[in-house]
Amino acid sequence: MEKRVTFRGWMLPLLLIAPQVLVSAVFFFYPAAQAIWQSLFIPDPFGLSSQFVGLGNFEFLLGDKFYRAAFVTTAVFSLLVTLCSMIPALFLAVIADRLIKGSGVYRTMLIWPYAVAPAVAGVLWLFMFNTRVGVVSWYLGQLGYDWNHVLNGGEAMGLVVVASAWGRISYNFLFFFAALQSVPRSVIEAAAIDGAHFWRRFFTIVLPLLSPTAFFLLVVNVVYAFFETFGVIHTITGGGPQQSTTILVYKVFSDGFVGQDLGSSSAQSVILLVVVGLLTVIQFKYVEKRVHY
Amino acid sequence: MQSHKGNYSETLNAGIAAFRAQEQPDILMVFEVGTATMMAAKGAVRPVYEVMAESGASFDPDAYIGAVKGYYTTTEGDMLSLPFNSSTPVLWVNRDAFEAAGVDPDMDLSTWENVGSALDALKAGGEDCPLVTAWQSWIHLENFSAYHNVPFASKDNGFAGLDTELMLNGPAQIAHLTAMQDWAEEGKFIYTGRRNEGGANFRAGDCALFTESSAGYAGISSEAEFEFDVRPLPYWKALVDEPQNTIIGGASLWVMAGKDAENYKGVGEFLSFLSSSDVQSAWHQNTGYLPITTEAGVATRAAGFYEQNPGTDVAVIQMTTKEPTANSKGLRLGSFDQIRGIIDEELEGIWSGDKTPQEAMDSAKERGDALLRRFEQANG
Repeated sequence: MEKRVTFRGWMLPLLLIAPQVLVSAVFFFYPAAQAIWQSLFIPDPFGLSSQFVGLGNFEFLLGDKFYRAAFVTTAVFSLLVTLCSMIPALFLAVIADRLIKGSGVYRTMLIWPYAVAPAVAGVLWLFMFNTRVGVVSWYLGQLGYDWNHVLNGGEAMGLVVVASAWGRISYNFLFFFAALQSVPRSVIEAAAIDGAHFWRRFFTIVLPLLSPTAFFLLVVNVVYAFFETFGVIHTITGGGPQQSTTILVYKVFSDGFVGQDLGSSSAQSVILLVVVGLLTVIQFKYVEKRVHY
Repeated sequence: MQSHKGNYSETLNAGIAAFRAQEQPDILMVFEVGTATMMAAKGAVRPVYEVMAESGASFDPDAYIGAVKGYYTTTEGDMLSLPFNSSTPVLWVNRDAFEAAGVDPDMDLSTWENVGSALDALKAGGEDCPLVTAWQSWIHLENFSAYHNVPFASKDNGFAGLDTELMLNGPAQIAHLTAMQDWAEEGKFIYTGRRNEGGANFRAGDCALFTESSAGYAGISSEAEFEFDVRPLPYWKALVDEPQNTIIGGASLWVMAGKDAENYKGVGEFLSFLSSSDVQSAWHQNTGYLPITTEAGVATRAAGFYEQNPGTDVAVIQMTTKEPTANSKGLRLGSFDQIRGIIDEELEGIWSGDKTPQEAMDSAKERGDALLRRFEQANG
């Protein structure tokens, strides 16, 4: 039987949630409402006049094959960033967990990249892969591979994925590491006595026990790939070559702040809002069912 | 009070945001690409000719060089913003690279036909980077069109109305891009990026030829450890007997609305000071940007600057020998910053061999026109 603590009356609970509601209202609900309102207009950049177009902005967007292509790019990009940041993080965490000496140093070093801002991370990777002065592109050249992310869309995508995932590995590592520490030793030891080798124990015992953490990270990383990778893309590729690295958020920026088309930009924000809402619902409805708490 | 807000696009955004918050500066520096956006914002800006008349400062519209002021002047001849830093594309030659490849650096490079054979010879002589460019859309499409006197967009390149459409997929442009695509495929033209990334390659001495703004002068002359030349931008002999003028890039100063009469008096005097011959001559000689008044150009020549620094007058000559036509006065297109982005994307499709020039430019036209229609709707 679940035990519930209930408040008597309305005043105290309202007062307690007021700060959170206020912050949400000012910083989330109000801007979101503004975006929805503005998505119904085509304003001029200076805000001197605007005309009501109803759903015209949405029609314009959905009829634009490049906007539809940005959906695919975003899906590919988010999937790759999530995989490339979670799998190595898990691997590193498992290894760090096995360390007896020096795990503190190892841990601290692994966390450092998280402190690097996305735009700076972008510039760092760009330096390494710069087609003219980059160290990595020079070595690749020595091996006979002509690296040119300025013209090759696949290479550009690879580069932004790596640059975006790099800092996230630290973040994911931290969570996986903490979760590994909380896996009961007795279960693992029992399995070991039964003769299960390390990877067998990992896949049948540890991984299922990590699933709540993995699920949390999945949600967080997808949201990260959607929204916070802007700096990396802006510094490395600017969305190119052609449109191969233009993700939805980047298009919001380029239409709104390069094109000064605030109507279309607002409409895109609204679409993004819906997409992320749907994604979260799907994640909680289907993926969570497979998670063991 | 001056304040720096980042690159051209960021400055325009900061200006717009400031205007929306009613904190706008007296003067906003806007790049040429933002001209249509500023022009359409009738309540946000005050035309320069009007401000000058009211302030009583000395102002003679005829003192400004036609090809420079044309970009910022209405079809009736009223100056809307004051041209400030204006440059035009030229051809930069690394003479040492020519000699190293066994090619005569003094050869005639005035036509693309000749440049083509120079590229063949450079490549054959072992040069890895015969040609590189900056600002591909500005140089190889916008200026290319003006220089060959073909329209870049309908309605006099947008000067005569918002209902303009891109015409960059015409036969002249396609012919040029086809040649460029062949050069890219053969490793004679090296693509380095959408902005002026190629400048680093050229200044380091890695490339033989470089199409870049005349304003690259300050950087190239201070960094280059090789002999260099400035030549006029090449033209296709097969397309025109002699080239028209090139158009400018750079920025102009816009006077923002909503200030006191006293402020505008000060603004008028400041703009008049900036246009004075001494200021303009110093500016032109130190930066490689064009002088905005005829007088500053004459004074620079009289001071012997062009003899001491050969090639610095190439841009001036290229801009001023011919009276601008409707195709070479400039461009006035809404959302042009973003249209350039589209053109960049499509050009990348050409350089990588994914698209034929015709396919790419047809697509650029279709996508650009969609943005022009939206701009027309927002500002019409």
